[in-house]
Amino acid sequence: MSGIMSGAKSTGVKSTGNTPITTTSSRSNSAPWFVVRKALSARRATMLTAASFLLPLLIWSIVSYVPFIWHPKIEVVEPGSVSWFKPGMLVDRSVFSEQQALSREANTAQPEGFRANPVYLPAPHKVATAFFTSFTTEPKRRSEQWLHESLWHSITIIFWGFTLSSLIGVPIGILCGTYTAVAKINEPFIEFFRYLPAPAFGALAVAILGIHDGPKIAIIFIGTFFQQVLIVSNTTRKLDIALLEAALTLGAKKIQLLFRVVVPGILPDLYRDQRILLGWAWTYLIVAELIGTSSGITWFITQQARYKNFDNVFAAIIMIGMIGLLIDFLLGRLAKHLFPWEKSQGGI
Amino acid sequence: MSESIPEAILDKISKTTSQLKPQTESQAVSELPLPSYLEQSDAVAKRFEKLKRREVILEVKGLNKQFDTPQGAVVALKDIHFKTHRREFVCVIGPSGCGKSTLIRTLAGLESPSSGEVLLDGKPVFEPGPDRGMVFQGYTLFPWLTIKRNVMFGIEMQGASRATAESEALQWIDLVGLNDFINAYPHQLSGGMKQRVAIARALANKPRILLMDEPFGALDAQTRSKMQANLLEIWRNIDITILFITHDLDEAIYLADRILVLKAHPGEVNELIEVSVPRPRSAQQSISPEFLATKLRLEELIHPKDDDEDALPLQMVRMSEVGDDVEAVE
Ligand SMILES: Nc1ncnc2c1ncn2[C@@H]1O[C@H](COP(=O)(O)OP(=O)(O)O)[C@@H](O)[C@H]1O
Ligand SMILES: [Mg+2]
Repeated sequence: MSGIMSGAKSTGVKSTGNTPITTTSSRSNSAPWFVVRKALSARRATMLTAASFLLPLLIWSIVSYVPFIWHPKIEVVEPGSVSWFKPGMLVDRSVFSEQQALSREANTAQPEGFRANPVYLPAPHKVATAFFTSFTTEPKRRSEQWLHESLWHSITIIFWGFTLSSLIGVPIGILCGTYTAVAKINEPFIEFFRYLPAPAFGALAVAILGIHDGPKIAIIFIGTFFQQVLIVSNTTRKLDIALLEAALTLGAKKIQLLFRVVVPGILPDLYRDQRILLGWAWTYLIVAELIGTSSGITWFITQQARYKNFDNVFAAIIMIGMIGLLIDFLLGRLAKHLFPWEKSQGGI
Repeated sequence: MSESIPEAILDKISKTTSQLKPQTESQAVSELPLPSYLEQSDAVAKRFEKLKRREVILEVKGLNKQFDTPQGAVVALKDIHFKTHRREFVCVIGPSGCGKSTLIRTLAGLESPSSGEVLLDGKPVFEPGPDRGMVFQGYTLFPWLTIKRNVMFGIEMQGASRATAESEALQWIDLVGLNDFINAYPHQLSGGMKQRVAIARALANKPRILLMDEPFGALDAQTRSKMQANLLEIWRNIDITILFITHDLDEAIYLADRILVLKAHPGEVNELIEVSVPRPRSAQQSISPEFLATKLRLEELIHPKDDDEDALPLQMVRMSEVGDDVEAVE
């Protein structure tokens, strides 16, 4: 015992004696990066936000522009004596060197080419160019839509699917979270239904609602609604019961309790839920747009993939991401004005 | 009277008011030549006579409350009887878990009694209502409403117009001295200010009785004593009866006309003590003989000497250097 104590004592003395006096500036520079639930300095936060986009871009650029990294193909420049090679053709490196060896043995003209990535991985600058040219390229056929028309069509599908779902799902969710009786009659079936994959209802939706926008909106609705009821009812249940009790002792009656306490009490959390659910609605978009007559941004993507214009495909995918991010960013900004009593609103 | 206590002993008492050593303190106190806590001066006795002639606001008759839990039934309250007169200040005190919150929640109508009844102005209560205002220990202000709208809430619930509610609310906010904060949100206020708003919000309904469940329990000592003084000031000036729960003995003696002492497992009335400390009250009275006598009695009731689980001796081993003594003079 005494041995342990004296050991502890001596280390204690040593550490206090040797601790350097840190100046304020050196402390802020050497502040640890990983502290549980602690805010970062503004500079570090901005730096990391930029890095979260720049790092993937950097990896993409390295894979695209550094010739000896990956590049599993050879783009043929000069076919030489290989009858089936054509300029611009992409062949596997092993196939190319085989043909090269054969032509060397036969002493005929050797094929030439350079290392390249597969067609499905276009370089960043190609995608960046496609980002603009895809808007200015006229559709191939008269009946087809411009890219901005396709995008707008997708946005309207999301809007209607999500709005209809919210108009019904949010009130039901709030009632489920408030009244146990409403929860007991609704939630078991909804729990079951939400495990049924929304796309499975595609054929049914087309049979009932036709081939145009109806079934697409229905898929977004089915994909959102059931999750929405459960999430909103959970959020409602998390409202501090003490607030309801306080309202009761102040003389609030049933309806007042619902509209003057429950609804305003959960509003900021409800808003946050809706932002997350809207993200889910976007993930159902691609499935929804393949149902019936293919339309919107999905039609554009599948069409371009068929022509092997993968730069356009990537541009379109990134566009969807950017629209989603922009909407979420704007909603986050709006929240600060809508809920001044909230100390902090999540989001980027 | 206080001159008769030797200076040295007074000193000793003020040094040992720490809650950590209830036994030492009560031993110290019991060495003093104190009067009985039942002894009342003429003025105090007259006040109590007058008080008891006032009409009964709240009457609790044979109240029992039992919670059915998976581990079996928990008897939280057993056969509680008491009466509260108009403009009386009653404190309820007892060890934690003795059912204080259960009692006040039952009075508020937030819990229903297993048996027995609660009468307000002679009429039984079954559910919460604006005639019984409540201030909770946790801050239960509505975070989405400004201070003004929080205080307006109850008045609007009674069906008053926005304008009426607003002008009345402003008066109550004025009363608790928060004029500069009417448009602030609760999260911008300190704990003490939040409880002042909660008091204003409860009083704005003009309740017959104000129920307070350890309202100052979460405040620091300094804020707490200010809030106690403010509450007495409000109580003096408004026709309000207050039932106040606390586990702080000094707080109870400082505030109350009568103290209802509960004991735990099951929660039963131990004694209803009439506080013999004269009014108006002041912080200096905490060393007066009446105060000390009452406190001594409360300690006997709440920390009986034979079953104090917190008084188990510590298993101390020296972990510091010999000679490095924090209490030594040299
Ligand atoms: N809702 C409840 N369900 C079960 N037991 C409860 C409930 N509320 C309180 N109790 C029990 O009743 C007893 C009294 O609790 P409470 O009134 O909160 O005590 P106090 O406020 O005096 O600390 C405790 O033993 C507690 O565990
Ligand atoms: Mg309690």
